[in-house]
Amino acid sequence: MTKRRIRVLIGKPGLDGHDRGAKTVASVLRDHGMEVIYSGLHKTPSEIAEAAAQEDVDVVGLSILSGAHMSLFPRVREELAARGKDDVLLVGGGIIPVEDMEQLEEDGFARLFGPGTNTDEIAEWIAKEMEARFEREAEEA
Amino acid sequence: MAIDTGENMTESSSTEAVRRVDAQAIWEQAMAKARLREASFTTLSGDELKPLYGPEDVADLDPERDLGHPGQFPYTRGVHPSMYRGRLWTMRQFAGFGSAAQTNERFKFLLEHGQTGLSTAFDFPTLMGYDSDDEHSLGEVGQVGVAISSLEDMSTLFDGIPMGEVSTSMTINGPAPIMLAFYIAAAERQGVDPKVLRGTVQNDILKEYQAQHAWLVSPEPALRMITDMMGYCAEHVPLWNTISISGYHIREAGSTAAQELAFTLANGMEYVRRGVAAGLDVDSFAPRLSFFFDSHLDFFEEVCKFRAARRIWARKMRDEFGAKDPRSWMVRFHTQTAGVSLTAQQPENNIVRTAFEALAAVLGGTQSLHTNSMDETLSLPTEKAVKIALRTQQIIAEETEVAHVADPLAGSYFVEAQTNRLEQEAEAYFAEVESRGGVVPCIEEGFFQREIHHSAKKYQQQVERGEKRVVGINCYVEDEAGPAIDLHRIDPAVEREQHERLADLRARRDAAKAAAELDRVRAACKDGSNLLERFIAAAHADCTLGEIAQVLREEFGQFREPSIL
Repeated sequence: MTKRRIRVLIGKPGLDGHDRGAKTVASVLRDHGMEVIYSGLHKTPSEIAEAAAQEDVDVVGLSILSGAHMSLFPRVREELAARGKDDVLLVGGGIIPVEDMEQLEEDGFARLFGPGTNTDEIAEWIAKEMEARFEREAEEA
Repeated sequence: MAIDTGENMTESSSTEAVRRVDAQAIWEQAMAKARLREASFTTLSGDELKPLYGPEDVADLDPERDLGHPGQFPYTRGVHPSMYRGRLWTMRQFAGFGSAAQTNERFKFLLEHGQTGLSTAFDFPTLMGYDSDDEHSLGEVGQVGVAISSLEDMSTLFDGIPMGEVSTSMTINGPAPIMLAFYIAAAERQGVDPKVLRGTVQNDILKEYQAQHAWLVSPEPALRMITDMMGYCAEHVPLWNTISISGYHIREAGSTAAQELAFTLANGMEYVRRGVAAGLDVDSFAPRLSFFFDSHLDFFEEVCKFRAARRIWARKMRDEFGAKDPRSWMVRFHTQTAGVSLTAQQPENNIVRTAFEALAAVLGGTQSLHTNSMDETLSLPTEKAVKIALRTQQIIAEETEVAHVADPLAGSYFVEAQTNRLEQEAEAYFAEVESRGGVVPCIEEGFFQREIHHSAKKYQQQVERGEKRVVGINCYVEDEAGPAIDLHRIDPAVEREQHERLADLRARRDAAKAAAELDRVRAACKDGSNLLERFIAAAHADCTLGEIAQVLREEFGQFREPSIL
């Protein structure tokens, strides 16, 4: 059985121009064999959700370092739901206080990755989560 | 007491030479046998280091030609003859958050604690030329800096601060000419003549496309606004530094020290070319150009970078651009310690990192310095953290006695060799940029962005493989117990109140006058007349930042980011 490639959208919602982390993670996920689309900078939540729907991705990873995460991350989740994409594995990262990470994880984010996270661990965690999902889907089918 | 004859001298110097050869051979043998901690030792930027540097590494160095004296060409040793004996560096902490009134309070707090200049951080909507109530601004208002949408906001920001006396730096680029217009107009409201205003507006749009990514319009019209501003300020605001050519963001985005040095100076030379092409005499504007560098953790590499920057710029300006005024040759620079070097883990360690970086900046001869606060990987800094950061500079200045001697590391074989190496790497990049058609084509094609991304990824992987070590990240790791420090949070009410203030301003102002001034901005975009003059008039008519910027976006078109992944 050929393994399905995991499709990922890395998105930069808001006006924050800090894209070092987003680009590095995108590039590492690609090294791990995933198909990665990068949104580019300065995107609105609806633009990111629209791209996720059109590209039919399995994973959406968001990055914000401007402090706007509590406004924009939930907005992306709502916009995804509005397009029937609330089943994606939703993750995020950036300069995000621990309390906010916990809140976002309660509100439907699968996981938040803070500063100092090993990028290979991000890739391995996503791969493991998605494998479990693919297996469940196969069983259900 | 024996007196040396000529014969004895010959004999003793040849013995000396033999002894040196022996010493070298003995040392090499010992090194061949020694057990070393690592297979290779490199700078933070990844350049291989020798275990020892000696005279042979600086054989070509001509101290008179390559170093000079402080205050003399090529300024390798500093731009002032007396360096810090005359005046210490300016301690300038970057600050800004929430509303103009809140940042005004922080400014006054810093001035009361001995800070000697102001430095303004703006929020992302302001940096991108959007009003606080624009749909793009959702969630961003007041977060990473202060929200300034109008002349009224600017007047509130400087309320009770004498604008004729304080020197102010404003970190803004795309809309920099508009923000400077607000500043000039606010000073005029305080009754201050723009001729006495002192400060800097960052206004370095080229590095925005390369690294920091807060732009307003595409490169060519952005460069036109910059030459408009250089022309206007030379005449009307003569003490103002019109561009702070910045390597900081290039480095923070992941570049190496050599890339930071090379790209920054390449951008600087591009501004000079543009000014000259617009018909300005190089010596009419070049003395008002200043620079802004990062100070990272590789202590010696950073000191050498600052020294190399001064030498390269002096040579380029005198020998290639024909500048005659020595002030045009000088790199005067601000430094900020490296935000990217801080860790969210064990955040108190950041105080120590920042202190080393600050020391490198001082030994490298900086004119002003911002020291980061320990909590900045978690949120904006608290007052307590900011005060420790400022005290770090004060301890260097008052307690360590390092500021008494100019360029104290000069003459070290290692320091001079590494200064030369950085200059050579920068020259290689200048040649490559030129061969690719120049700075703007390189931006449009993504050359700088790709180089920076590759360096960033390489470093990240070195850390993850343990080749580069970071305390708290891949060594001396402690169990995560969450940060034991307080966080500074922005009240969401700031965004709402800023919306209300703008609605009120739009209702109160003379609408016909505001509309007429916006039309005159549009006309100036088309006919090529000086835009800064128009922005000042629009500011006085209470046109908002977003309204003026929208005219520019419509007339000049927006920048499309090249894909580099």
